[in-house]
Amino acid sequence: MNTSTPHIEVMRSQLGRARGLGAGQSGTAHWWAERASAASLLPLSTWFVVQMFRLGGADHAEVARWGAKPCNATMLAAVIITTFYHAQVGLQVIVDDYVHGKAHLPARLAVKIVTSLLGLLGVFAVIKLVAGGSSSK
Amino acid sequence: MVELRLPRNSTVGTGKTFPAPAGAKNVKSFKIYRWSPDDGKNPVIDTYELDLDTFGPMVLDAIIHIKNEVDPTLTFRRSCREGICGSCAMNIDGENTLACLKPIKDIKGDVRIYPLPHMPIVKDLVSNLDGAYAQLRSIQPWMQADSAPPPDGERRQSIEERSKLDGMWECILCFCCTTSCPSYWWNGDKYLGPAVLLAAYRWIADSRDENTGHRLDALDDTFKLYACRTIMNCTQTCPKGLNPAKAIGRIKELQLERKL
Repeated sequence: MNTSTPHIEVMRSQLGRARGLGAGQSGTAHWWAERASAASLLPLSTWFVVQMFRLGGADHAEVARWGAKPCNATMLAAVIITTFYHAQVGLQVIVDDYVHGKAHLPARLAVKIVTSLLGLLGVFAVIKLVAGGSSSK
Repeated sequence: MVELRLPRNSTVGTGKTFPAPAGAKNVKSFKIYRWSPDDGKNPVIDTYELDLDTFGPMVLDAIIHIKNEVDPTLTFRRSCREGICGSCAMNIDGENTLACLKPIKDIKGDVRIYPLPHMPIVKDLVSNLDGAYAQLRSIQPWMQADSAPPPDGERRQSIEERSKLDGMWECILCFCCTTSCPSYWWNGDKYLGPAVLLAAYRWIADSRDENTGHRLDALDDTFKLYACRTIMNCTQTCPKGLNPAKAIGRIKELQLERKL
């Protein structure tokens, strides 16, 4: 079959194209994750900003002691996990909007990997604070 | 990837100018998108200077006047001239609307007329809506019920049930909303668009329809339904004053209701 000569490449019916591969059945979960994480970030971010102001001018040891407290460490980890989770589902939407064709799958993967790693990095930093705090006492 | 500028063969040039007739007092310029599939040229904007005293008050009256009196090659769709057929949907003064419902006096300066955005062009102001029509068919816009209708007549609805269809049955499928939606511009091959989702919700909300769950299944997709980013262009542009964004929001609520 000679595909190099000019010809119509898509002859599939419009209805066949519109139906496509059918519905992926994952839209609602993603949409809900976006909303739920955004709503959670409202109180979490408020807490974080308030705490940062309270710690204004504190030295390193003081901040480390603050971060090692169980409540603060829990909240910090929650802020970090929720932030990067929200970034992941949010960036996915941007990739879906603007990246088409072959670049779509790698872009979606890159978003997942980068946001996950950044989130993990943050969580391990909190763990380090907690571990460091308990060992220095 | 992202397309930042028009393809070279879509760049719009300047076309002909048709001056106003001698002695015209009430002159307004109409700048209209022209493209023909037959001559292999880029689209151009033709300028028609018209005497507003010689035809009716709507934009459709002006372009009918152009076709009858000035330039018979101008191509556009029209039929009912009273906002019920949806044929004369086009982009007027930067907004998708029906030419027959758009008063010329509402437009300051020149009247710029383009076809509905981001659809393939058949000619001049006629855009190809085959894809959107197929998407409408894909959501099965007809009643589906396993129960037999009463032997003595039609399926009945209460006043409350019937009122849920208000704001949806009025849609005339002009696709002003769908073609005004940036999300549809980006992913029109997969996203169904506001007009089709409004039609889908019209059947989801119909008390006589018994296939609600299947209809919701068919929409639970990151693109088909959820590519709606609540930009709200659809509601702003609807020449019938309907609210497709609200219908889409209701579908999302129902999707959530059955999952949580």
